[in-house]
Amino acid sequence: MINILTTHWSDFVHGFGITLLSSIIALIISMILGTGFAILEIVPNKLVNTIAHIYIQIFRNIPLLVVTMFFYVVVTQFVKMSGLVAGTIGLALYTSAFIAETVRAGILAVDKGQTEGARANGLTYWQTMRIIVLPQAFKIVIPPLGNQFINLVKNSSILAFVAGFDLMYQGNEIASTTFDTIDTYVVVGLFYLVITLPLSYYMRYLENKLA
Amino acid sequence: MPVRKYKLFGLVTFLMLMLLTLSACGNETALTKQNEYDKVNTSKQMVWGVKADTRLFGLMNIKTGKIEGFDVDMAKEITKRIDPKAKPVFVQVTSQTRIPLLKNGNIQAIIATMTGTPERAKIVDFSKPYFNAGQSLLVVKGSKIKDVNDLNHKGVTVLGTVGSNSVINIKKVAPKAHVLQLQDYAQALTALKSGQGDALTTDNGILYGMSEQNPTTRVVGGTFTKEPYSVAIDKNQAELKNAINKAIAAIHKDGTYDRLVKKWFSNVPGFNWRTLLND
Repeated sequence: MINILTTHWSDFVHGFGITLLSSIIALIISMILGTGFAILEIVPNKLVNTIAHIYIQIFRNIPLLVVTMFFYVVVTQFVKMSGLVAGTIGLALYTSAFIAETVRAGILAVDKGQTEGARANGLTYWQTMRIIVLPQAFKIVIPPLGNQFINLVKNSSILAFVAGFDLMYQGNEIASTTFDTIDTYVVVGLFYLVITLPLSYYMRYLENKLA
Repeated sequence: MPVRKYKLFGLVTFLMLMLLTLSACGNETALTKQNEYDKVNTSKQMVWGVKADTRLFGLMNIKTGKIEGFDVDMAKEITKRIDPKAKPVFVQVTSQTRIPLLKNGNIQAIIATMTGTPERAKIVDFSKPYFNAGQSLLVVKGSKIKDVNDLNHKGVTVLGTVGSNSVINIKKVAPKAHVLQLQDYAQALTALKSGQGDALTTDNGILYGMSEQNPTTRVVGGTFTKEPYSVAIDKNQAELKNAINKAIAAIHKDGTYDRLVKKWFSNVPGFNWRTLLND
């Protein structure tokens, strides 16, 4: 195991970097999109609600691989994109649907009296949402959000299917050239833990601090 | 607080130990291997690893649910000649899974468009070659790429499949080209057609199968390597290896080989199947 790590160190590190980069970009985009669609799903406008609902249902119920392949082989004919870009977009859209549902649950869990009190004190709908409801909603949904983030990092292995040069792609290549299958995938697993373990402990810390 | 820290430390140590134990399992080679030749004769079946995504060699027929192709027919003929009563059993493999499956004992032999390279020969044993394969290129009709020399430029992207020998080859032949490795041939072909790469490289036989099914693609430049296919078996199975070699020789001698080559390769446009019969 040590042997495979030292002989292919630069490949692993390169793959690790791509996985980390793709995860961070996808996390930021999916957080923004997810929060946006969560709000759109509950604003008092039926048309907007329906549009947000359709978006969420589409990306939540189609396998990530299909979404990613769609961008890699179909969208690329109109807008040129590499496997890394296609994979990251697929990952961001897919995760945003789950984050939207999570955040929506958080918003609905905030006591109705909070909104009523804020509106009675003269805040507008958007001010109430931004200053009163959303901060409390995020606090409530930190544990499920943490799950989504960890899933996102693990799901980034989708890049391997569209030649995105991520950790899993490098792992597949090393395994198939050295035939040292088990050791290679153990190392790949350890590299994923390097991202996901600190992430899960950080989410736990946030949960304790803010609760 | 200190108690929690100890717990965390203990957890991490436990995980590391688990992983080390797991990886040690992989290196275990002291397991006593069975004689696979005797096993064929006693169990009356021979388990083959074949491709199921490769036209002309091993392709799943969706109507019948059976895998069909040149490799599959060869496996049937070889099994028949090892033990007339034995039945061939087919397990679907990919370039990536075939060696691990053979080493695990899930399959007894691989006949899956596999070239006997010196690196692979350290891990498994190979029979005498049964098919004259060589690496070639598939491009979209009207491409500027005419042969392998056109690939060695910056900005050229070559597509291949993970774990295939042709990918390692192309990196040597055209070091300036960018190489993308995809999961299987179907995906690599889709990527070529959607413009993710300029050329798809693998063995000639497979490319002719793709070209036959996709009239917008062309095989160009002929073969630029000599990489004949062989049957792979596990190490220390001399009896099985000799039996397979004998069977292949017999298949050549009685005309079965010519019949099979004609059956599978005579319909490929722009390709003379008789060239496969010469060494």
